[in-house]
Amino acid sequence: MAATDLHAADLRRDERLERWKLFGLASPAILLVLVVLVIPVGWLFYVSFVGADGNFSLENYERMVSRKSYLRIFVTTFQVSILTTVLCIVIGYPLAYFISQLPTRWANLCLVTVLLPFWTSLLVRTYAWLVLLQKQGLVNQWAISLGLWDEPLKFVHNMTGTLIGMVHIMLPFLILPVYGAMRAIDKDYLKAASNLGASPRRAFWTVFFPLSTPGLFAGSLMVFVLCLGFFVTPAVLGGGRVIMVSMKIVSNIELFVNWGAASSLGVVLLVLTVIVLWIASRFTRLEQMAGGGH
Amino acid sequence: MTAKTGALPITVRDVTKTYGSVHALDSVSLNVKSGEFLTLLGPSGSGKTTLLMVLAGFTRPDCGSLKFGDDEMIRTPPHLRGVGMVFQNYALFPHMTVAGNVGYPLKLRNVPKAEARDRIDRALELVQLAGYGDRGIDQLSGGQKQRVALARSIVFEPRILLMDEPLSALDKKLRDRMQIELRHLHEQLGMTTVYVTHDQREALTMSDRIAVVNHGRIMQLAEPQQLYDRPANKFVADFIGDSSFLPVAREGAGVSFVGAKLQMEGALPEGNDLLLMVRPERVRLQTGDLPDDTNIFDAKVTELVYQGESYLLYARLPDGSEIAVRGAIREGTFGKLPQVGDAVKLGLHKADTVVIADGDR
Repeated sequence: MAATDLHAADLRRDERLERWKLFGLASPAILLVLVVLVIPVGWLFYVSFVGADGNFSLENYERMVSRKSYLRIFVTTFQVSILTTVLCIVIGYPLAYFISQLPTRWANLCLVTVLLPFWTSLLVRTYAWLVLLQKQGLVNQWAISLGLWDEPLKFVHNMTGTLIGMVHIMLPFLILPVYGAMRAIDKDYLKAASNLGASPRRAFWTVFFPLSTPGLFAGSLMVFVLCLGFFVTPAVLGGGRVIMVSMKIVSNIELFVNWGAASSLGVVLLVLTVIVLWIASRFTRLEQMAGGGH
Repeated sequence: MTAKTGALPITVRDVTKTYGSVHALDSVSLNVKSGEFLTLLGPSGSGKTTLLMVLAGFTRPDCGSLKFGDDEMIRTPPHLRGVGMVFQNYALFPHMTVAGNVGYPLKLRNVPKAEARDRIDRALELVQLAGYGDRGIDQLSGGQKQRVALARSIVFEPRILLMDEPLSALDKKLRDRMQIELRHLHEQLGMTTVYVTHDQREALTMSDRIAVVNHGRIMQLAEPQQLYDRPANKFVADFIGDSSFLPVAREGAGVSFVGAKLQMEGALPEGNDLLLMVRPERVRLQTGDLPDDTNIFDAKVTELVYQGESYLLYARLPDGSEIAVRGAIREGTFGKLPQVGDAVKLGLHKADTVVIADGDR
């Protein structure tokens, strides 16, 4: 045996052993994903291809194409998702910028206030909006007593209410990645820009904004994808006038006990979401959504 | 990039900046001559970077005046000051190419595209990066980034160039080469340059004049040789180069060490706390006859260190103080040096016998 083979076999075995140990740490999670995700989704696919008579059929998908109401539901879903995302950007980006320019201690305090509603139950927050926004709600009462408008405005049971609630719930998902990206921008870049002759406004648009776009993109994507499958808020604040895919799934099961129709909607929503993520992945690195750096 | 067009002198007067109770700058006044290469040298926290940031406009002082030429600049925002600056970490925009970075100041000044391309090419050529325009920033080595940062800061022909420890991130060999290159570039372009460093050798190598900064004050402003050979105070003597200090007593117009009068040239400083500054490489190990223009000290070797190109020998004087001696090693001299415990005679030529005042003023 050559001198270079000294302990070679043992060292290789140690290496293999370490890898298995590492894999072992992940096994509970892998098992969980298998049981609660892979198997049910597979089942979902299967059920979506079963017709009312119990045989293989494409009728669930045909219904989606042939009936206008289904198309409208998908349009509404995308409408709500896009509008929510845009509003989140308009409100969240400046706020994230403001927080990112604060000294660390104040920035952390602000982040806690951003996260605080995050830790409150979704249902509670949604019903709170219902209380605030309804006809006799606080917002209308105050606005009328202040003379801002004369008749109570309709804020709930429509698109407005849905958007208010959705934006409120989605904001942290946008602010956090944007803030992370902004915080990672070296302040010297802005100094350099200004030294080279850029006014503060010019420096922002030519240096700061482009460097923050990965975070903005990740945050927007997160909000958009979460919106696609959202249920509680549009159901409560939309008052039956804003019907999204998730709500149709529920009514298919609860009202019509049609598992095939519900499953096919689920499959289409899943496929659409995957397509959105796939397109997005061609423009950005998805790990940004999990707070990964540049 | 026409050579030597209208460099501007810089006049700093009574600039003070405090953070809480700390004086980052304590009423600093300084004149930088037109076209001069001036270095601000000092330990970290001395205020040298703060002063540079005041010049660039990134730090707003509490009070004081700053003039570029005849124009008061103290309230001018950084983007209107028209000075070039090389940042310590280069601050190259990661979302732009090399050409995008170098062309950035030209774009802001609405330079026509064709002319901008020309000037970018010339600037890159000047820093020996011709043909690198399309590279991304993360494809560059540290030295290349440094050159791009330099090209970007001079491409719009600023009349003043500021540099904040631009070489500190490079390895020693590259740093040595860049020092010479920067020096040549300065001679070529002739812009007034203020350079910040904590590296005294870098300062000595590159500067026309050096301002030694400590505790927010300028301790001495002088040409490199003056600074090294005739430091104004103990701080400067200690910070620049190695030195040993021996307490000496005033005796008439001269000084004496342990009773023996020293021969010396140059004037004595004020005050009664006087120190003899001894640079290790100026001390000679004296053998044989003793030249009469040299001060001789009897000493005993306490330590002998081999350092490659030179040796370092520590010797104790009769009064208990220790001085270091440095000498070149050649022709096998190291083996013939006195050993620890040997008695030696150390010679210090009267031209190298420099007395300074104790304290840092």
